[in-house]
Amino acid sequence: MNLPIPFIVGLAILSLAGVGFYCLLATRNLIKVIVGLQLIVKGVMLTFVLAGNLNDQVSLAQSMALTVIVADTIVAVVGLALAVQIRHKLGTLDTKALSSLKR
Amino acid sequence: MWYVIVAAGILLCAILAVTSKRLLVSAIWLAVTSALTALMLYLLGAPQIAVIELSVGAGLVTVLFVFAINISGEEPLNLKPIMPRPLAWGLVVVAVGMTAYLLINSGILGSALVTSTTRPSILWEDRYLDIILQVSFIFCGVLGVLGVLSGGKPEIKEEDEE
Repeated sequence: MNLPIPFIVGLAILSLAGVGFYCLLATRNLIKVIVGLQLIVKGVMLTFVLAGNLNDQVSLAQSMALTVIVADTIVAVVGLALAVQIRHKLGTLDTKALSSLKR
Repeated sequence: MWYVIVAAGILLCAILAVTSKRLLVSAIWLAVTSALTALMLYLLGAPQIAVIELSVGAGLVTVLFVFAINISGEEPLNLKPIMPRPLAWGLVVVAVGMTAYLLINSGILGSALVTSTTRPSILWEDRYLDIILQVSFIFCGVLGVLGVLSGGKPEIKEEDEE
């Protein structure tokens, strides 16, 4: 079994994106939603570095991936802060309970 | 061979992170996924970003997750999903298929990153916008941490008044 390296990394990227999408679609727990977002962003980061690797532009890819890591961490922090505040306000982490804001 | 093992590990850990019943276990599997992603970045020839991913993705984010889960408490995860599972799987297959088509056919990986320079100092000399963006992101992150920490304060004040 001698698969080309971009093919294997591409499969890893697609699997991360697929599992993350499924988590976003199917789960109702706010913290699990953030886990799904993190998985998708890891796939995006791998894509940047794979593209840089294929074009001999690894330094440019690394600078972009660094921005992605920072943005991803901040999204996680703000999302977790929101989840904690919602848990304090509503007493649950269920995303369906958020529709009570409409009333 | 290493790539196959790491890719299989990433898939396995990602599935375990999504399907595990306890939030804390889910956070730990996310950290393992992050560490394996860092290993794959290292194998692809990007050691600096691998180190940053390992320390931030597997370290800082996991600590934040555990902290938030401890504050908000474990909640049973046996809720019914919003949409039926077959529909969710169908949408996932469509999305992944479109992503794979873009990756393979339109040559994105061949033309996305083209620049004239290959210096390692590219981040500091050519990409000022990214740095400004990162500074503002970090500022937002500090505000977010304050949001996490301010969760328990009102109760303490009430106890003091009594």
